[in-house]
Amino acid sequence: MSEENLLQVEDVSKIYGYGFLGRVKFPAVDHVTLSMENKPKIFTIAGESGCGKTTLARMMLGMVKPTAGTILYRGKNVHNLKSKDRTWFLREVQAIFQDPFDTFNPLKRVDTYLYETASNLLKLKNDEEIRGKIEEALRFTGLSLEEITGKYPNEFSGGQIQRVSIARALLPKPRLIVADEPVSMVDASIRINILNMFKALLTKTGTSFIYITHDLATAYYISDEIAIMYRGMIVEIGPAEKVLLKRHHPYTQALVKSLPEPGKKEEWKTRVNAPGMEIKEFLSPGCKYADICPHKTERCVKEKPPLFEIGDVKVACWLYE
Amino acid sequence: MDVVLKADDLSGGYLLVQKGSSEKNEVYVDAVSDVSLQLERNEIFGIAGESGCGKSTLLKMIYGLLEPPLILRGGSVTFITVDGEIPITSLSENDLRRRVWWKKISYIPQSSMNVLNPTVRIRDHFIEMFTFHARMTKNEAYAEARKYIDQMGLPRDVLSAFPHQLSGGMRQRVVIALSLLLNPNIVLADEPTSALDVISQKVVLTMLEEAQKELKNTLVIVSHDLGIHGVMTHRMGIMYAGKIVEIGKTEEIFEDPLHPYSEALIRSLPKLGDKKQRTGLGGHPPDLKKPPSGCRFHPRCPYAMPICSRTPPKMKMIKPGRYVACWKNSMEE
Repeated sequence: MSEENLLQVEDVSKIYGYGFLGRVKFPAVDHVTLSMENKPKIFTIAGESGCGKTTLARMMLGMVKPTAGTILYRGKNVHNLKSKDRTWFLREVQAIFQDPFDTFNPLKRVDTYLYETASNLLKLKNDEEIRGKIEEALRFTGLSLEEITGKYPNEFSGGQIQRVSIARALLPKPRLIVADEPVSMVDASIRINILNMFKALLTKTGTSFIYITHDLATAYYISDEIAIMYRGMIVEIGPAEKVLLKRHHPYTQALVKSLPEPGKKEEWKTRVNAPGMEIKEFLSPGCKYADICPHKTERCVKEKPPLFEIGDVKVACWLYE
Repeated sequence: MDVVLKADDLSGGYLLVQKGSSEKNEVYVDAVSDVSLQLERNEIFGIAGESGCGKSTLLKMIYGLLEPPLILRGGSVTFITVDGEIPITSLSENDLRRRVWWKKISYIPQSSMNVLNPTVRIRDHFIEMFTFHARMTKNEAYAEARKYIDQMGLPRDVLSAFPHQLSGGMRQRVVIALSLLLNPNIVLADEPTSALDVISQKVVLTMLEEAQKELKNTLVIVSHDLGIHGVMTHRMGIMYAGKIVEIGKTEEIFEDPLHPYSEALIRSLPKLGDKKQRTGLGGHPPDLKKPPSGCRFHPRCPYAMPICSRTPPKMKMIKPGRYVACWKNSMEE
């Protein structure tokens, strides 16, 4: 069993309804397949709002049930775990969310979360031991128990409280952390410290990450592999270096070209098309990017492109058939 | 230098009343402290800084929008027209509304894509502006609005839509079109794209940039995203804890940041194609209810000297057009 993948997402879809009584159905996640080897790695799922990246993350965490397909964590279906396996899964896989102020109840002291996690997931009874573990987790994030004891969420800055939520996630020594936009609400000067912390965790404790983001620059900085999503589909997937620098899919190209970076004034000025009507694109039977793609053909509108392999990158675009 | 607006020693902030158990006690948040700034004609000026550094407050004060609890503590803002000077800070709101706002200076507030009236079609937003400010009849105004929408490169069916039928990016473009309608000399945009995806962001920013090129007016962009300043602005000012710490040509600041805070911000920026390890800053921005003594950056500054915690450094010209408020740079001379 040692060869099994850490995470295996098999042809997963999630269909939501909208409109009157939810009669119109649209796929928020549309036949997504991806896998993560059982080695410490950072895997990024990148895309713009409405691309399904958060829905996919929630399905990986077992919080949302897929309409079709299965998600296996180390060989076990995360949506069908028996009680013992459930505790094991909760210990092994942890989550960090975008808005740390949403993570914590404003009326509850933040240190109680750490004590609860320690006693529930680690099944520790001894106070001394619990405090030791908490101290250890906090130290990794650059905080100390003394600093946070007795404080409520509103007494922290955004960067500080995100560190507390990371420390909480670290407590059970997870093998995988799913981080959904963990730094998008944190200031630039502190953002990089949190990303560096993820890298350090990867090398020191062997924790793998699924990093969900809209920001390709930070994705490039920390990830080994990346999947780019558009309207529920993976349009390009492979090693981050190749996907982000070679850019095969027209959407990846448009995204990178739109990224404002100092010193890239001229490159940034090339025109791109603005995304079209969301719902129309979600329901399209063909390639969902076709509507605004500069390379669009008749076939793109009618037929959905499968993932074509170019070396170790896979691209869903008829250009690469 | 062809100055269109200047702020001199501008100070202001939020006066909050905290109701205690027995007596009222007032707390002052020192959001903008002794800021001096000159905007030129025909330029894009950027104000950069992290959340809570006072950049949005500064923009509001430049516009003259002093709604409680925001108060002016000192200094002045002067708008310089060909016919003379208009003292923004000493005009009443009524005068500003009549003489300055929309016509001379327009302001695009943060998350402004939500400022459109949800029960009114886009068309009627334009018609109201034309009939109120340009004294046109309704029909004239409608014809003018259609012409204008074409000019701005927006699809015509936008006019008959209600705001909720448009995407965030499209609504933001409508708000920008409205702000440019009366040909203002200065356009103040507060985080014009912070809620948008990168591609929509680019479309919106390109629209602003093209309009500036055509009208040759002054565009001020407030943004926390240094990337936006890098591709859009000609000059920029970097703010930290209520003070501008550095002003200069955008390219020069990126190439050679002089203030330790600018340096830290620029150094921490990840870039595509560059895997070099970056470092961030330690510590956290100060609470502006009780800002640190001396230079407000000194508790986080890697170069802090004894003088930094005692005396605040003054803005000093390093070379023409380049200003820095830092003891390190003042000492080296």
